[in-house]
Amino acid sequence: MSRNKNIYYLYLLTILFITLSGFGQMPIFKRYYIADIPGMGWLARFYITHYIHYICAALIIGITSYAAADYLLLSGKKSKLTVTGYLRAALISGLIATGILLVIRNFEGYVFSHNLIIFLDLSHLTLVMLFLFTSLYCLIFKKKWTTS
Amino acid sequence: MTQNISRRSFIKGGIAACAVAASGIPTSASGADKDKQLATLLDIGKCIGCGACVEACREVNAGKFPEPKKPFPKMYPDRAKPEDWSEKKDINDRLTPYNWLYIQSADVTVNGEEKTITIPRRCMHCTNPPCVKLCPWGSAKQLENGISRIDPDLCLGGAKCKDVCPWEIPQRQTGIGLYLDILPAFAGNGVMYKCDRCYNRIAEGRLPACIEVCPENVQTIGPRDEIIKKAQTLAKETNGYIYGENENGGTNTIYVFPVPFDVLNKAIETGKGKPHLKSVSDSMGKANNLVAAMAIAPIAGIAAAVGTFYKYSKKENEEKKDEQK
Repeated sequence: MSRNKNIYYLYLLTILFITLSGFGQMPIFKRYYIADIPGMGWLARFYITHYIHYICAALIIGITSYAAADYLLLSGKKSKLTVTGYLRAALISGLIATGILLVIRNFEGYVFSHNLIIFLDLSHLTLVMLFLFTSLYCLIFKKKWTTS
Repeated sequence: MTQNISRRSFIKGGIAACAVAASGIPTSASGADKDKQLATLLDIGKCIGCGACVEACREVNAGKFPEPKKPFPKMYPDRAKPEDWSEKKDINDRLTPYNWLYIQSADVTVNGEEKTITIPRRCMHCTNPPCVKLCPWGSAKQLENGISRIDPDLCLGGAKCKDVCPWEIPQRQTGIGLYLDILPAFAGNGVMYKCDRCYNRIAEGRLPACIEVCPENVQTIGPRDEIIKKAQTLAKETNGYIYGENENGGTNTIYVFPVPFDVLNKAIETGKGKPHLKSVSDSMGKANNLVAAMAIAPIAGIAAAVGTFYKYSKKENEEKKDEQK
């Protein structure tokens, strides 16, 4: 992933905004005055966070597809994914899968069972928490995505 | 006759909904046909503002109204304020957790004659309801028959549904619900309440209370496509104006007004618990348009990787050729 620095920085920026806009789906930023911080007001506007989450989701899907195809075609021949690399890739895949189902649910005419919606909402939230903790661990202990 | 046809259509719609339920589809995703959702038509020209619908709604749904525990838990930070309607249960001139339907009135001129128009107002039951789709916990639900309802056992009272509703319909009562069992001081603030269009009566094959008691047969209920046709015919016959067919991408509450709704909107009292009658664009549709970007993204990502691979391979081949020379 870090082979192409520009894509890596785009990935980090996208992760930042998709996480903020994702947590912004819950009514917490206004209650806890975070939306009062200059420049953060958008976090309390549900439709704005919804649009930003969708745009960032498209970017994450694009970057992940690029990284996966690049790994299979080129970089995978020189270096291998580490354990934490596999773990992060699995968590991102889970987030994309649950996210896609939630996006489908949001179309008119798609009525999912209530239990499935609750499962998707909670698993999406759990996966992002696991991903953030894993990323923090990797940052602190300097764990890389690949072996070189 | 109108009511008879409506009842027949209503029962047909109910049977269709039961068939879908029996097939087990609700346990997974299903593409519900918007036209087959149950919709109501309100012929406002007939409404005399007697309030029978409001009374019937309160009576029939009394068992669903909140019974909050007091004193309310202290919430932090101070910005989170309790909302208590339990001492104001009798209020019936706006929407509250204890009043899911009220009569809005407007003094307007119809064909040169001064007239007071009365409009029963409640949840519009959007065909793609943002309150349901954007609820972060899945506590707001849309049923196969198009009814949107809030599950009081799951709702935490964050009021996002109210914020994203173009009419700000759901109303909050503090001191009740799941939040009391989690972190009452730091998250949640009660339960949101709104019209559930008597989903339980509909499941039993009965009419919603407001429709059943209306002495003027203002409302009819049936599959949405039939209701839309009826509304269009009625609007043609009476030179009326339809509201709800396209608002917020389409709703299952279709009004036919004798005057344009922008005129009515200026004449009605709007504000907290008193919804407007403005044109409303499709709230969910705007974000759904962005899905095209999500569909293109993997193709673009893979194409970029293939491009990089091609460049790299070409460069490598050239280097090999140079070495051979």
